[in-house]
Amino acid sequence: MIPATFTYRRAESADHAVVLVGEHGDEAKLLAGGHSLLPLMKLRLAVPEVVVDIGRVRELSFIRDLGDQVAIGALTRHHDLENSALLARELPLLAHAAGQVGDPQVRHRGTIGGSLAHGDPASDLPAVVLALEATLVARGPNGTREIAAADFYRGLFETALEPDELLTEVRVPKPAGAGWSFQKFTKRAIDWAIVGVAAQGDKVALVNMGPTPLRATAVERALADGASVEDAAQRAAEGTEPPADLNAGPAFREHLARVLVRRALEESRA
Amino acid sequence: MGTRVVRVEDPRLLTTGGTYTDDLREPELTGAAYVTFVRSPYAHARITGVDVSAARGVPGVVEVLTGQDTDDLPAPADGNPTAEPMLAKDAVRYVGEPVALVVTDGRYQGEDAADLVTVEYEPLPPVVDLEDALRGETLLFPESGSNVLAAAQDEGAGDDAFAACEVVVEHTIVNQRVAPVPLETRAAAAAWAHDRLTVWVSTQNAHWARDAVAGGLGIDPSAVRVITPDVGGGFGAKIGADREGVAVAWAAKRTGRPVRWVETRSENLVGMTHGRGQRQTFKIGGTRDGRITAYRLDLVQDAGAYPRMATLLATLTKSMASGVYDIPHVEAYFQVAATNTTPVAAYRGAGRPEATAAIERAVDMFAAEIGMDPREVRRRNFIAPDKFPHTTPGGMEYDTGEYAAALDRVLAAAGYDELRAEQARRREAGDPVQLGIGLSAYVEITGGVPEIGETARLVVHDDGTVTVLTGSSPHGQGHATAWAMLVHDELGIPMDKITVRHGDTDAIPVGIGTFGSRSLQLGGTAVHQAALEVKERAKELAADELEADKADLEFDTADGLWRVRGTPDIGLDWGRLAQLAGSDGLAADVHFTSDKSTFPFGAHVAVVEVDAETGKVRLVRHVTVDDAGPVLNPVLAEGQRQGGIAQGAAQALLEEVLYDAQGNPVTSTLVDYPFITATELPSFELVDMATPTPLNPLGVKGIGEAGTIGATPAVQNAVVDAVSHLGVRHIDMPTTPERVWTAINEARTGQ
Ligand SMILES: Cc1cc2nc3c(=O)[nH]c(=O)nc-3n(C[C@H](O)[C@H](O)[C@H](O)COP(=O)(O)OP(=O)(O)OC[C@H]3O[C@@H](n4cnc5c(N)ncnc54)[C@H](O)[C@@H]3O)c2cc1C
Repeated sequence: MIPATFTYRRAESADHAVVLVGEHGDEAKLLAGGHSLLPLMKLRLAVPEVVVDIGRVRELSFIRDLGDQVAIGALTRHHDLENSALLARELPLLAHAAGQVGDPQVRHRGTIGGSLAHGDPASDLPAVVLALEATLVARGPNGTREIAAADFYRGLFETALEPDELLTEVRVPKPAGAGWSFQKFTKRAIDWAIVGVAAQGDKVALVNMGPTPLRATAVERALADGASVEDAAQRAAEGTEPPADLNAGPAFREHLARVLVRRALEESRA
Repeated sequence: MGTRVVRVEDPRLLTTGGTYTDDLREPELTGAAYVTFVRSPYAHARITGVDVSAARGVPGVVEVLTGQDTDDLPAPADGNPTAEPMLAKDAVRYVGEPVALVVTDGRYQGEDAADLVTVEYEPLPPVVDLEDALRGETLLFPESGSNVLAAAQDEGAGDDAFAACEVVVEHTIVNQRVAPVPLETRAAAAAWAHDRLTVWVSTQNAHWARDAVAGGLGIDPSAVRVITPDVGGGFGAKIGADREGVAVAWAAKRTGRPVRWVETRSENLVGMTHGRGQRQTFKIGGTRDGRITAYRLDLVQDAGAYPRMATLLATLTKSMASGVYDIPHVEAYFQVAATNTTPVAAYRGAGRPEATAAIERAVDMFAAEIGMDPREVRRRNFIAPDKFPHTTPGGMEYDTGEYAAALDRVLAAAGYDELRAEQARRREAGDPVQLGIGLSAYVEITGGVPEIGETARLVVHDDGTVTVLTGSSPHGQGHATAWAMLVHDELGIPMDKITVRHGDTDAIPVGIGTFGSRSLQLGGTAVHQAALEVKERAKELAADELEADKADLEFDTADGLWRVRGTPDIGLDWGRLAQLAGSDGLAADVHFTSDKSTFPFGAHVAVVEVDAETGKVRLVRHVTVDDAGPVLNPVLAEGQRQGGIAQGAAQALLEEVLYDAQGNPVTSTLVDYPFITATELPSFELVDMATPTPLNPLGVKGIGEAGTIGATPAVQNAVVDAVSHLGVRHIDMPTTPERVWTAINEARTGQ
């Protein structure tokens, strides 16, 4: 429960952070809210030599209305997402889902950038940005690039970010009034989802149904072809690779995906 | 008695905070080094070599000690083959077993140095589940010839009794292993000076900890002083001192340097003893009109890797097998099996929850089989109130009990008939969220070896204040409040002038401690009797001083003055009486013992909602009667019931310690071990009932474990009840969503 020795560096700005990780490459880890990284370090499952703390980089904490999009800084805490009037109006799915993350302590520390960059398929916000078809903005030694959420997740805890890149913001298109729903199935209120479903209109994404967050493409296709909610939801597990763990085996997860997708679509259309 | 007094402990705990073992800044601990344990990564292996040279070379390392260094310690009594060593020397028998320890200047250095201790292991096949243990292909203790550490074997004595039954139901259920998870993990600190050890340890009983340290180190108990600071929960798993606590004391003595140790949560989840861990096969038989005539319980108790208290647990389950029921034929058997897992010991209820869980499931399954309301079956089989004291087939002598009254009262409070009507409505409507109503009726045994009793010393000081020295040992219960109330009741001295001291073996030479729901009935009675003795002595002193006859003296508890009847102007207060007592002091010493245990009882009703599509269970109401006799302070008694119910519900709904096939613990963090939180629980509805026992002058029984014992089967029965109309007969605990969903599927497809 005590991390291995590491060097601590504090970034004063986003550019400074890029410089610092550039200096140390693979040996460095960015530290945002620390609520995923520090537990791993305490268990010595993560053993970075250098920790670059971006916790005080204020310029990365914002929620801005860009007209047809909302831009959210990577260091915005879950608590701020949950309580943003702008998000409540324009992206209620994101605000609501952020309020379902862990407990109040976790929501006051954890950040959207950390949540997205960590690449845990059991996390809530990655599926939400998938359903919302957001764009992620990364800054590296060679400048800035944009990555579509659909291209961001590569595998279990694996993203399109390079080790020397910093996720700076998320740009989310405003969904223009379509209904939404977030279904999170847990044993306890504080838990990660055993299975989760984020629905925005007829776009549906799944939490914890494979090594990455997934779009429920079979469901979306069925809906586009005019299938009923009931019938479309039956296809929720198609193309998924649900894990087996202490909470559930694959068969139960597949069943949950079907039930929760149906409930999500019913709620988003109600 | 019966007054709602707020806890005197709380202002300090809620403002400046408690002083737990790791918070201690005593002068004796100045410059203390830190102990870090090296623990086995294997469930079962032979140790073929230990190399500490790399660890020794690290800056900050004071000492590295291994099993090889323990030769100066006493050998286990008469070569006991199953003895648990302080540090494993030849073999390891569970993941997390202490193999070595490092003493370092800093806490962080300890973890790095521990990584550098190289232990060579030759892995042996692990014995993980009970079937493997009983098969005995691999033995944990080859010299003992079997993995069965103790047994009372099934003789099938009652086969005739079952043959005569109209209905017989037989089933095997699991009472799963759970972790106690006290908020404060285990901790100890020790200093060796002037040929004496002072040991601070987070324990439920300082005196047993002292004896464990003295015995383990082969020194005289008088050379050990144990002090217990604030203790953040124990639940039975902090009785005495574990091997780590003894090792910490040993490290202080070996190095001559004060040392301290506090375990991490992950260490706690594998190093502290677990509870429960029984596989139970029951057979219950009777008539179609609901009379139970025969019951058999055959259980296997998982002992874990060493025989700590497992045989005691199994024995208690056996003794209490028939619960609140008057069953003509009862038989119970057990085998206690060693496995390569963390040792199992007491956990809130220790053996009695397991007995209650078995018979309460059995009664519900019997009721389902004959198609009768489980309330009705219980009513037809309770031991009648006129049969007390009542000796059970298991040899227990129940003192007092009003079992039917307890059930009626809780059912009335719950609105049982309306709940059943609501359940019927939802069933008819095919509501995806079904309602389940679960009952349990229980009796349990409290007093925790009453023959050894408990001590109290009460001293009145010259300034009219009082010190109570108690051999009992609080770890969250509120003894300071309760003991002060008992003294105040008799002596009229304000609560804020009464100081309660506990947990210091120098100040209190004899004491037993807190476990088995024993404190008020033994320790409290001792305090009460000490107050009465002081009062008697005071009367003599007052009579002398006032030159009156003892019979003419009056004591007024309202103002705490002694007067001669008819002369209201002249009164003696406690301070004056203490002065008059002179060098003798105004004090009393009591060691109260009882030759009999008490038997609290009660009934619980749990109401759950089960999402029949996803299997998710929500406990929506929990209503209880927990009758432990007259209540000294409802605030304290309700606190015990609330916490107990929460832990009982946790076992039914969520918690389970799990190992993989290699014996690796897979629930060693609080992410993986889903211990219950307030968000999963409703406010409990506590109904009063108080039936006194004649076994002590206060008439009280124990309340510490009752909630847990009653809650688990009520919640489990409620979950099964919610889906019984779908054909489900039983669901093992914890009743997780996947289990409930699987049970519904299996019932539907007729598997
Ligand atoms: C008790 C508990 C319960 C939780 N429950 C949930 C839950 O229910 N649902 C859920 O979704 N999550 C849950 N979490 C996780 C929580 O939301 C984390 O805070 C979040 O996943 C990570 O955000 P962070 O800011 O803490 O990231 P950190 O832990 O600081 O970092 C995580 C990873 O992301 C990298 N990183 C961080 N910021 C950036 C950046 N700007 N650019 C590039 N890389 C970056 C880090 O290097 C690290 O590898 C829980 C955590 C805890 C401790």
